[in-house]
Amino acid sequence: MNDPLHAAAAVFSEYSIIVALAFVGAVLWCSYRLAGHIGNGRIHGSAIAISLALVFACIGGHVTGGKKGLADFECLAGLAVLGGAAFRDFTIVATAYGVRLEEFLKTGLAGMLALLTGVLLSFAVGAAVAWGCGYREAASLATIGAGAATYIVGPVTGAAVGASSDVIAISIAAGLVKAILVMLLTPFAAPMIGLNNPRAALIFGGLMGTTSGVAAGLAATDERLVPYGAMTATFYTGLGCLLGPSVLFLAIRLLVGEV
Amino acid sequence: MTIYGTSFLAFCVVCGLLGGRLLGWLLGLEANVGGVGVAMILLIVAGGKLQAKGLLGPATSRGVVFWSSIYIPVVVAMAASQNVAGALRGGPVAILAGVLSVVACMVLVPVLSKIGNGRSALPDQNP
Repeated sequence: MNDPLHAAAAVFSEYSIIVALAFVGAVLWCSYRLAGHIGNGRIHGSAIAISLALVFACIGGHVTGGKKGLADFECLAGLAVLGGAAFRDFTIVATAYGVRLEEFLKTGLAGMLALLTGVLLSFAVGAAVAWGCGYREAASLATIGAGAATYIVGPVTGAAVGASSDVIAISIAAGLVKAILVMLLTPFAAPMIGLNNPRAALIFGGLMGTTSGVAAGLAATDERLVPYGAMTATFYTGLGCLLGPSVLFLAIRLLVGEV
Repeated sequence: MTIYGTSFLAFCVVCGLLGGRLLGWLLGLEANVGGVGVAMILLIVAGGKLQAKGLLGPATSRGVVFWSSIYIPVVVAMAASQNVAGALRGGPVAILAGVLSVVACMVLVPVLSKIGNGRSALPDQNP
């Protein structure tokens, strides 16, 4: 047991979060270098870093068969801590430091409208896709629809309405696809949808709702927009969990004639 | 001292998350409703008060600003620990539902931005 390889492995596992910091820094350094060379610097370094990280996560998931991407490799387990909800929320709140309160409150009504529209539209699209793929029971339709809102709303709704476990798994996957797509697409879609000011970022956060997707997507677009998007996105999952198993499930039951 | 700033930030986050949990509990949910949002408002309001009293010196400020500058690395770590393989394994229903809901919602961003502008046609439009 006393060979150098084991000794090194002990450092990597005991200091996993420090390893994660070093790793993330290296990925960012390479990405900002790459950004200078690809597409005349039009692609933001952080957009490249996030895309690279997602590719690594996909490889990690395939190799280890785990659920935490690259963090399933023991030596990189710290990535799940550094990228977990605690640090994510802590740093998101920190980005609001120095923001003026009026900026938040001014868009209150549009923000609420965006939240409602976002939840309802995602739910409707998800349920319609499920219907198109042959699902007919209200519980399955509602669960997959809720998954299209976020990967938390999906299983919460599924558990409440008694959906089968494979349907719940699909709903989580749908939410994951959404979060990943928002991370990847936001920097490219931003110029087309006018996502360059606090108001648009607030509305974007409310419509998309996936906190991780919005957090990463806006970081890759313009870091200054992060607090605005995060502000509305933070209400989305709660609203989804509130509406999914209740009003929306009942609406679907009425639509498919299960009542 | 720098730690005062970090501690102040942590205090705001904990209070915000408690508030979000409480709101969730009141609504009968096992979820945090708007915790991060409450924490941000707390940070802005309390931070403004402290600044006015001269209690947020440059060293204390650094304790907050550092964490906001570490945001992107945290997001990269988050992306690297996503279950991407699981998302792709979810099959066509999951992928189609995810893709279409993203596209539909993105298309609505400019539409809702306009509605909001019309309702609050205030002169303080430019930030």
